[in-house]
Amino acid sequence: MSLSTDDVKRIARLARIETSDAEAQATQTQLNNIFDLIATMQAIDTRGVAPMAHAQEVYQRLRADVATETDRRAAFQAIAPAVENGLYLVPKVID
Amino acid sequence: MSESTLAALAAQLKAKQISSRELAQQYLDRIAALNPALNAFITVDAGKTLTEAAAADASIAAGQAGPLTGVPIAHKDIFCTDGWLTTCGSKMLHNFVAPYDAHVIQQFKAAGMPSLGKTNMDEFAMGSSNETSYFGAVKNPWNPAYVPGGSSGGAAACVAARMAPAATGTDTGGSIRQPAALCGITGLKPTYGLVSRYGMIAFASSLDQAGPMAPSAEDCALLLNVMTGFDPKDSTCLERDKEDYTRDLDKPLSGLRVGLPKEFFAEGLSNEVATAVDAAIAELKKLGATTVEISLANSKLAIPVYYVLAPAEASSNLSRFDGVRYGYRAPEYGNLDDMYCKTRAQGFGAEVKRRILIGAYVLSHGYYDAYYLQAQKIRRLIAEDFNAAFKTCDVILGPTAPGTAFKLGEKSDDPVEMYLNDLYTIPANLAGLPGMSLPCGFDAKGLPIGLQLVGDYFSEAKMLNVAHQYQRATDWHSRQPEGLL
Amino acid sequence: MKWETVIGLEVHTQLATKSKIFSGSSTAFGAAPNTQASAVDIALPGVLPVLNKGAVECAIKFALAIGAQLNRINVFDRKNYFYPDLPKGYQISQLAKPIVEGGVLTIVVDGEERTINLTRAHMEEDAGKSLHEDFHGMSGIDLNRAGTPLLEIVSEPEMRSSAEAVAYARALHTLVTWIGICDGNMQEGSFRVDANVSVRPVGQAEFGTRREIKNLNSFKFLQQAIDYEVRWQIETLEDGGRIEQATVLFDPDTGETRMMRSKEDAHDYRYFPDPDLLPVKLDEDWIEQVRATLPELPAAMQVRFQAEYGVSPYDAAVLTGSRALADYFEAAAKACGQGKLAANWVMGELSAALNKADLGIEQSPVSATHLGALIARIHDGTLSGKLAKQVFEGLWEGAGEVDAIIEARGLKQMSDSGELEKIIDEVMAANAKSVEEFRSGKEKAFNALVGQVMKASKGKANPAQVNESLRKKLTG
Repeated sequence: MSLSTDDVKRIARLARIETSDAEAQATQTQLNNIFDLIATMQAIDTRGVAPMAHAQEVYQRLRADVATETDRRAAFQAIAPAVENGLYLVPKVID
Repeated sequence: MSESTLAALAAQLKAKQISSRELAQQYLDRIAALNPALNAFITVDAGKTLTEAAAADASIAAGQAGPLTGVPIAHKDIFCTDGWLTTCGSKMLHNFVAPYDAHVIQQFKAAGMPSLGKTNMDEFAMGSSNETSYFGAVKNPWNPAYVPGGSSGGAAACVAARMAPAATGTDTGGSIRQPAALCGITGLKPTYGLVSRYGMIAFASSLDQAGPMAPSAEDCALLLNVMTGFDPKDSTCLERDKEDYTRDLDKPLSGLRVGLPKEFFAEGLSNEVATAVDAAIAELKKLGATTVEISLANSKLAIPVYYVLAPAEASSNLSRFDGVRYGYRAPEYGNLDDMYCKTRAQGFGAEVKRRILIGAYVLSHGYYDAYYLQAQKIRRLIAEDFNAAFKTCDVILGPTAPGTAFKLGEKSDDPVEMYLNDLYTIPANLAGLPGMSLPCGFDAKGLPIGLQLVGDYFSEAKMLNVAHQYQRATDWHSRQPEGLL
Repeated sequence: MKWETVIGLEVHTQLATKSKIFSGSSTAFGAAPNTQASAVDIALPGVLPVLNKGAVECAIKFALAIGAQLNRINVFDRKNYFYPDLPKGYQISQLAKPIVEGGVLTIVVDGEERTINLTRAHMEEDAGKSLHEDFHGMSGIDLNRAGTPLLEIVSEPEMRSSAEAVAYARALHTLVTWIGICDGNMQEGSFRVDANVSVRPVGQAEFGTRREIKNLNSFKFLQQAIDYEVRWQIETLEDGGRIEQATVLFDPDTGETRMMRSKEDAHDYRYFPDPDLLPVKLDEDWIEQVRATLPELPAAMQVRFQAEYGVSPYDAAVLTGSRALADYFEAAAKACGQGKLAANWVMGELSAALNKADLGIEQSPVSATHLGALIARIHDGTLSGKLAKQVFEGLWEGAGEVDAIIEARGLKQMSDSGELEKIIDEVMAANAKSVEEFRSGKEKAFNALVGQVMKASKGKANPAQVNESLRKKLTG
């Protein structure tokens, strides 16, 4: 697996991390080294092996349908970068 | 600082030989003296600490003290603490004062244990040397030119330097055990699901677990009693009967079968570490244990599997850091997209960005099967190796890390070299098994060496028993770095 | 070139639970911004989701109502993308193992019944809202809605016209409100339709490239949007152009669809199972418990109404348009024992009055019992149809019981035939000309005389009796 700088820029775009060409190039080498490390696991024959998401065979616990939360807007918005009239402000969202 | 176990401190407090305020003040003084050089703490707030200590004293006076009431503790800055700055070692949260307490923090508050502050850590728990923190590297108290390990480097250093009698850490690929080994203290990562993750800033959700870090196994057992227990706010937290993890500490080890994975004693392991671990094995044999060679054949795949799964989950967990509702927001930006991209480029450090990119890549269209799914399958193979091994042994033993502490800056240029530090610790995270590290010697430079125990699911009491008996027969865990003050 | 339209609908229904799907916040509509947005909802660092049992029950009910397969083990996945109304940067949804698969819905178009197959239905969380009114160049984000439980219901692309699509949407709307899993309030966003539309030459097996029209929240817009989109696609193709896969929005003001302005090429959502949640397991006992709470479904009720109350198939369909309406009708029919009459009154006079006053059946000032009592008095001859209307008005105004109104307003139909004879005689005497005209063959004159009799009796004469007696006197 070898990433090109274009690959790096595309992934950086997906992840919303601004990356200059120089940065993409520098990261590319490091990422490719990491991918070389990862490559060793790709060749392993795992046919018939079930993927493991959780150590124990347990199932999702269900919560009773009751409203339990209270209004904590003041506390939560005290730490927000930009709020007005109880709304979080962001650069205009264009559809 | 006199060597005081948690039990001893608790007894002194209960007997009113010292108050919690006085005790906390002693530690605060030591922190003030040592932290400038070691950088183990990101946040200290004496006012808050002493207020909590006063409450503990009131509780003791009212005869309502629990086993550890009044004993202070430091918390890794990954736990949300209501009203305290909680940074996760990152610029992204450099201004985030948490508006709620993590479940673990609530448990320590309920236990009456005042917080001494928030300890330094690798940014978003990604690292093995505590060099990726936005707040600067942590120095190993045994030799400040060396790293303390990571990501719970601050916690390990503060305990080693006795700036706190104990600390909380988290472990995703070894982040409690490896710094514990490099700093000469005891640290335990519980079975996955035993400790609530609610309020613990997520790195890799299916691997992260919080655990205790303290000088001794007995200390860790007492702390584990506080930290475990069902939390309905965490869907992955298991509902089990409460256990007393101190119950088996004094059991003799005769008949104990210790499994030695041949893959953990192969190339890559430093001679000095191998020698120290061998000596520890001999010690355990003296205590009545027998050894059996086992094989964890797929453990060599643990690192590549981990570096697919952990970054994948992290890349998604860290998407919430976007400058909208809390934390860092880029000071200048154009449109919305630009705000996201600049905020995240500026707010995250290089290692975090690398891992997000890897994670996004392995989950991206067309690659999911080859990477993520494949990794989850090999993960099962790794877990099955352990299951098979535990049919022939009661506990698995090996080195915690392939070497001792390395110099600051020595490995930080090569991510892959850094990742190889975790080759013995990662398998337990992937399998969800409990693991602990305890001190078993020093290298020629005077740097600590740790040995690792890995137990079967929910066998923490047994592991603590083995560690405790070993610590009764040895004194590695009581050693402290000299010349700090 | 003859073109065939292919439509599949994805409908997002907000589930009628009290709390959100993964947090304990209230789902009540209309709260002040961000006052129903907990730590979990706003994705503070460290928070975790816990699944609402009520949401799962809604999904189970839906599956049972449409005869779908319920996946006993189903899994939540993360759908990753960045948008300010999506606090975590991912939506928790279900991709590979949804809770419901398959199922059918019967629709009626132009009097003909059709069955539409459903592909799947899965649980997911709703996003917050962006307010685009200007906050000096910024948008405002309200996360009250973030985390509201949704059931996304996906149909097979089996609809072939906007009429079919609307019929399907209406039938689905009726069903989800009927079984109580959704309040169906489209203005409030409880039921939102995305339409996947493509065209292909008649006879071609392959589907054409489809475009997705998002977030239609009225049946009228659904129809208009599809009609426009189909015309646009056909024109484009006939002009030699190609259809590119795209997501579009419908503008009700212009009646046109337009591409969404975000230049995002096809999103790479990087789906993977959510590690903060465990697989959901449904056990048979629970499913049976839920099955027992399912009400009689519209289709079954229609059959029963026809059998028990003698109403026509058309009327049965109209009366089962909503559960509230069906329950009302049945209560009224039981109260008076006159199914057909009850059907006529509910669908006629009552509906007209409700529409005029912009009220739903749930807010009817006339209760089913009262309507039943009214119909009983028509049936037993106390009231003529015309008089009954006046009594109805009295009931509407809250003037009391049926008999009391009849008494108070003197609306009893004339039952004394002697008195009626007397009035007829008087009218005939006072309208000799009309009598003359009738006797010489002018049928119309009869009606004039009837009118005069009704007037003289102040509307209380029994029309049938008037008819009979008057004709007798005129011809006899």
